[in-house]
Amino acid sequence: MADSERIPTVVADDAHIIYKIHQAGSASSSPLASFKRLTTRSKNANIREVHAVKGVSFVAYKGEAIGLIGTNGSGKSTLLRAVAGLLPVSRGAIYAAGQPSLLGVNAALMNELPGDRNVELGCLAMGMTPAEVKARKDDIIEFSGINDKGDFSSLPMRTYSSGMSARLRFSIAAAKKHDVLLIDEALATGDAKFRKRSEQRVRELRAEAGTVFLVSHSEQSIRDTCERCIWLEAGEIRADGPTGDVMKEYEAFSRR
Amino acid sequence: MLLPVSFYQEPEHQASDPAAPEGPTRSEHHPMTETAVASADAGLSLKELARRNGLSASGRLPSLPEYTRQLWAYRHFIGAHASAKMTSALGNTKLGAVWQVLTPIINAAVYYVIFGVVLKAHGNMPNFIAYLCVGVFVFQFTQSVVQTGQNTIVGNLGLIRALHFPRASLPLSAALVEIRNFVVALVVLMGIVLVTGEPLTLEWLLVLPALLLQSVFNTGLGLFMARYGAKNRDIRQLIPFIMRFWLYGSAVLYPVTKFADVLSGWQLQVVEANPMLVFIELMRHALIEGAPLANSPTVLWIQAAIWALTVGVGGYVYFWRGEKGYGRG
Repeated sequence: MADSERIPTVVADDAHIIYKIHQAGSASSSPLASFKRLTTRSKNANIREVHAVKGVSFVAYKGEAIGLIGTNGSGKSTLLRAVAGLLPVSRGAIYAAGQPSLLGVNAALMNELPGDRNVELGCLAMGMTPAEVKARKDDIIEFSGINDKGDFSSLPMRTYSSGMSARLRFSIAAAKKHDVLLIDEALATGDAKFRKRSEQRVRELRAEAGTVFLVSHSEQSIRDTCERCIWLEAGEIRADGPTGDVMKEYEAFSRR
Repeated sequence: MLLPVSFYQEPEHQASDPAAPEGPTRSEHHPMTETAVASADAGLSLKELARRNGLSASGRLPSLPEYTRQLWAYRHFIGAHASAKMTSALGNTKLGAVWQVLTPIINAAVYYVIFGVVLKAHGNMPNFIAYLCVGVFVFQFTQSVVQTGQNTIVGNLGLIRALHFPRASLPLSAALVEIRNFVVALVVLMGIVLVTGEPLTLEWLLVLPALLLQSVFNTGLGLFMARYGAKNRDIRQLIPFIMRFWLYGSAVLYPVTKFADVLSGWQLQVVEANPMLVFIELMRHALIEGAPLANSPTVLWIQAAIWALTVGVGGYVYFWRGEKGYGRG
C-alpha cells in the first residue's frame, strides 16, 4: 500500500457543533421591544440551542470522494458547513487544507440578473481574473446546459426552474479547482443527463488531487461517485468505510 | 489494496460515549479501524497529524496588509457586484434609472413645502431652496450608506456561505453604488442651485474634495454598519430613529445659525463638530455664494479630513477584525 502518498486534507478531531437558532414569532419585532432588549442586555427568549454534531472524528485524504449519508436531521449538512468554516466548532477541532468550498443548492446568486452575468459574478467571486472569466464563461454555460432549450442564459435567474439554477450554481463552483469541495445535495436536482455530467466532473475534480464530500439522499449518486461513505446518525458516526458496506448497513437500518 | 482505507472513530470517543447505540456496526468495522490508524503515521493523535501535514483550523484572520492585498485582487468582483446591484435594484420598475434622479428631487420638494413654505423656517435667508436642497442631498448620501451598509452581510448570506472572498467586498461595493448615485444626484443638485439664481464660480471645484472626503467617511461608516448589523440584527429597528435624530441635528432643514442663537460654549462646539453638519456646510460653501457657515472654511476642511480619516480607517479595521465571523452561526 502506498501509505506515504496519502496526504490528509481534512481532519476532524472530536468535533462538537452546537448552534443557536433565532426563532421568529412572539412579540419581538417592534422597534420598542428591540430597543428594550439592547438596553437591558437580557437573553433573548427566542434563542434555542441545538447539539447537532456530537464528537465526530475522521480523516479525509487527497483524491477521495466521501459520501455523507443519514436520515434527515442527522447533522450531515451541519458537518459540511463546519468543514467549510462557516459554523464554529464548539469543542474539538476541524483542520483543513486550503479553503474548503461549500456548494449547496441554497447558495443564492442574484436572481434579478441574467444567468451569464451571474456566471461572471460567481467566477470573479471565486477569485478569477476578468480574462479567465471571459475564457471560461462559455464553457460554464455550456456545461450547465441551461441553453439547451433556448437562450436562457440571457434571462433573469428568477425565471429559471429550481433544477436549472441548481445546475448553473454547480457549474460555476465546479469551474474552479478546489482543494476540498463540499457538495450538499446539488447533484440530486438536475435531470439524469446533467447528473451524469456532474458526476463525471466530480471525478475530474478528484483527479486534480482534491477531496470531495457529497451529501445526498440519492443512493445512486453516492454509489456512482464515492468509494468511501460516512454514515451519520443523530450527530454521531455510525459507520465509516467503503460505500458498498456502509450502504448495506444503512439500508438495513432504514428498513427497520 | 486500492481503495483508500477508511478511518473509523477515535477510541477516546468510544470510551466517552458508551451509551451510543452502535454496537454491531462497530464490531464489524473494527479491523478496518486498526489498519487505518496503522497506515496514517502510526500512533499520532489527530491534532498532530493535522499539524504535520500543514492543515489549519479554519478561521484564521489574515493580517491587515494581507487582507488589503486580497481585497485589491478582488477589485473586479467589487466593481462587477456594484454594477450588478445597480441594474437589479431598479430592474423591475417602469422608470428604471430615472428614479436615481427623481428620488432626491421629490425628497427636496417635500421638505421645501413643509419647512420653506408652511413653517417658514428660513428666517429671511435669500436662497433657502438651494440651501435646503444641498443639505437634503448630502444627508441622503450618508443615510443610504448606513441603511444599505447594515444589510450587506445579512442580505448576502447565501453568497457568503457559498464562496470565499474577502467579505469587505460587499460593503465596499454597496458604498460604490451609493457614491455613484450621489454623483448623479449632485448633477441634479447643481442644476437646482443654478436655477435658483446662484452664479457658477471657481469655488464650485471645491465640490470634488468635499465629495472625496465624504465618500471616505461613508465607506468607513458602511463597513462599520455592515459588521455591527451582522452581529446585532436588532439595530435595524433603531436605525430610522437614529437617522431622523441625526437629520434634525445637522441643520439640514433650518439655517445653521440657529444653533448659535440657543447654544454656547462646549455645547455649541459639540453640535458643530457633527460630521454631517461639516460635510453639508462644505458643500454649501462650495455651491452657494455667501451661505451662512458655522465655522470658517479652514476649520471645516480640517474637521472633515479628521472625520474622514478616523471613520474611514476605523470602520475598515473594525470590519476586518470580524472577517472570520461573517455568515457563521
